[in-house]
Amino acid sequence: MKKLMLTLLLACLTAVGFGQPTGSVHIKGGTVLTITDGVMENTDVLIEDGIITQIGQNLSTPSGVAVVDATGKYVMPGILDAHSHIAGVDINDASSPVTAQVKMGDSIDPNDVSIYRALAGGVTSIHLLHGSANVIGGESETLKLRYGQDQEGLKFQDAPRTIKFALGENPTRVHGQGRGIMPRTRMGVEQIIRMKFDEALDHERNREEYLAAREAYENGNGPAPKPVPRNVQLETVADILNGEILVHIHSYRADEILMIMRVFNDYGVENYTFTHGNEAFKVATELRKNGAHASVFADWWAYKFEVYYSTAYNASILNANDVNVSINSDSGELIRHLNHEAAKTVRYGSTSENDALRMITINPAHQLGVDDKVGSLEEGKHGDVSIWSGHPLSIYSINEKTFVDGVKYFDREEDPDDMRIEISPTTENEHTGFEPGRNALISGGRHFDSCMRDTEVFYLFGESSSK
Amino acid sequence: MKAFKQLTLTLMAICLTAGAAIAQIPEKPEFGQFAITGADIYTVTDGVIEGGTVLIDGKTITAVGQNVTVPAGYQRIDAAGKRIYPGFIDAGTGGLGLIEVSAVPVTVDANEIGEFKPHVMAFTAINPHSAAIPVTRTNGITTVISPPGGGTIPGMATLIDLYGNSPDSMAVLQRAALVHDWPSSTGGGWWDNRSEQQIREQYEENVQDIQDYWDRAFAYNEMMNAWEQSPAGKEQPDKVPDLEAMRPVINGEIPVAIAVNDSRDILEVIEWTTAMEERGIRFILAGVDEGWLVADEIAESGLPAVVGPVLSTPSHGWFNYQTAYQNAGKLAEAGVKVAITAGDVENTRNLPFNAGYAATYGMGIEEALKAVTINPAEIFGVGDRLGSIEEGKQANLFIVNGDPFEPLSQVEQVWIEGFKIPMTDRHMKLYEQFLDRGVAGERN
Repeated sequence: MKKLMLTLLLACLTAVGFGQPTGSVHIKGGTVLTITDGVMENTDVLIEDGIITQIGQNLSTPSGVAVVDATGKYVMPGILDAHSHIAGVDINDASSPVTAQVKMGDSIDPNDVSIYRALAGGVTSIHLLHGSANVIGGESETLKLRYGQDQEGLKFQDAPRTIKFALGENPTRVHGQGRGIMPRTRMGVEQIIRMKFDEALDHERNREEYLAAREAYENGNGPAPKPVPRNVQLETVADILNGEILVHIHSYRADEILMIMRVFNDYGVENYTFTHGNEAFKVATELRKNGAHASVFADWWAYKFEVYYSTAYNASILNANDVNVSINSDSGELIRHLNHEAAKTVRYGSTSENDALRMITINPAHQLGVDDKVGSLEEGKHGDVSIWSGHPLSIYSINEKTFVDGVKYFDREEDPDDMRIEISPTTENEHTGFEPGRNALISGGRHFDSCMRDTEVFYLFGESSSK
Repeated sequence: MKAFKQLTLTLMAICLTAGAAIAQIPEKPEFGQFAITGADIYTVTDGVIEGGTVLIDGKTITAVGQNVTVPAGYQRIDAAGKRIYPGFIDAGTGGLGLIEVSAVPVTVDANEIGEFKPHVMAFTAINPHSAAIPVTRTNGITTVISPPGGGTIPGMATLIDLYGNSPDSMAVLQRAALVHDWPSSTGGGWWDNRSEQQIREQYEENVQDIQDYWDRAFAYNEMMNAWEQSPAGKEQPDKVPDLEAMRPVINGEIPVAIAVNDSRDILEVIEWTTAMEERGIRFILAGVDEGWLVADEIAESGLPAVVGPVLSTPSHGWFNYQTAYQNAGKLAEAGVKVAITAGDVENTRNLPFNAGYAATYGMGIEEALKAVTINPAEIFGVGDRLGSIEEGKQANLFIVNGDPFEPLSQVEQVWIEGFKIPMTDRHMKLYEQFLDRGVAGERN
């Protein structure tokens, strides 16, 4: 009963809506890994009302601003994960090879404890992707991990729209093998995309012609036109072709990566990211030539046949060939230590330490179109910061504090066994409807949220998985 | 000029011959006598020997220490500034060598059909040429348990070294442990819509099935013993293959690795195994995700535990975020002999990072190191042969340029049973091939 009331209360508050909370904090005397401007020893970072206002030595503390002593510690930008399914209610709408009309923004679970666990790993933003069952999946949502806020409060304001495409085994298995409809092959995947692109362009033209004719008719010119109704799916696809939506393409093999770059070149689509891209290393030259990005695993391979010819050196090869590359998790576990996943690029391929850190900060920020706001420590950027006990690429370092927009959402020192069910470590809960200090709706995350899972499971359980 | 041309051709021929020779015998290991000098030797059982020497003669470590004279004829390897560790042991992979591509069933040889099949042996299906094996050993993991899965008793796990051209040449123990699953008393997950009572009844039924099976195995063993001891005048009993396979388990020659995760189930298993131990059976706990909740009870039982993967999420949303990282340390602190597993197949190579996380979250570096070396060796009864750098032990060891738990470190050379293995694998080959693909030709 109490739970029900809290739910209702939450629903009401969600409907009312709130602005995102911001905070101020003066982080003093740490080793600051700026990412874009080198390493600064014994340096302060001042965040005021959610924005980094100064980075320098011995800054004075504005009145009323909390001080955090970071002496002997490392301060870095909050980590971004360009491929995640945590905080998602449903991940896949596997009902059709094209589902561009659905949105992960309608499928956010703010009570997923995975958000808190990711914050504990220094992560401040994720790209909540639709699953990979469909050639053209749903629109994704970029989130800030403001644990304790509602669905709207988790969204990353002014982040560009993004969408998920998927090539290879997943859509061919789900639709071709599972349901007996195209695509069953990589040839079919290409044609699904081309047909849908053409259909969207036709729809856009027909709709514009109809609107013009209707306007003319309303002004007394010409006959009443036959209506061309709106079509959210085709309009979304048209927005991709008009450059309004960034595309993240679930892909593995080099041939399918080349295929979709040909398709995109034919239709003028630019600025896209290959996610997983296990064979992206084979076509690094072509990726660079097309300005394409890649968001890859550090070392996952061989869990399915299309990743059998993989290498843990993938990110290093791409980086050495001047491709913008990020390391992602696609996992509620890996997301908790993306710093070490990035560190593996130093082991596998001698990537520099700063480039390794770029792969979990500024590079994914660029791939999500938010690199003007987050991904490095610079004056004017958002106060998304994590503080580490030692260098974040060392296995012995632990993230101690995580701030989003200057608000502290994780603090290891203030984390007794049950802080994860505190709604916010600030204990200022005016933004939520929760009983102070308790997340009564804590949820444990989904069992099949990872792309790693075989999509066949959802024929058994009526559930959708991703990869 | 002519002489010069001749010389050039000769040199070219020599080069080509050398190249051809390499091409004909790719990736052969070296075997013989090695002296590794100048490294800090992390013996595990006898501290760290700074700037020491390790001698390898054939398959065996023949000397370890600071004042070791290198005999004539030994290949010298200068490892000054580097470290030497015993080869890491993963005591609980997901089936390395049995599973090539987990989503492609024809490449998965881990799960035989049936509920009770102790006669099924992982050893039989080990593929020495799995692409995942070189990828694993180049990270310093030299030895692994590879278990079968599926059913209540999936079969016999094998303990293998990660170099060899046949299962026979790789096996340390063909039958290292009987793998034994334990039913869950707590339901199957979010899709499990049975009532609590139904779950309990099913659980008790499953436990009764297990007890029945073991009772049959005991009875069969007694019958066979009786006949073997005095066959005269008696009719020979028919052999039952699965029950026959239980006999060395019942005789205490092969331990039982019993997989259990929920804390309540762990307590039930301890109660059951205590009764079974009185009948001479040896047990090892495996998985033990919620061991941290009942660490003292496990310690009191005296059972060793294969814990992992460390890099996993807590088993419930309401558990502290770091419980999985802390589990191994809390068990060790309570006095349990702990081995750590990465719990993976193709990424068993992440074992050092699993150990590193356990070390960071309370276990400490020294104890975490034991959990991937001497502890698993002792748990499986090969502590006299593996798990530390000691004179007389099998030469399984590696050179690394720093702390092996650190992802930034590089493993430089690995020996497995004295074989100086080629430091190459599919991942490295693809790196060499594609780092600089070249853009000169049309078909680059």
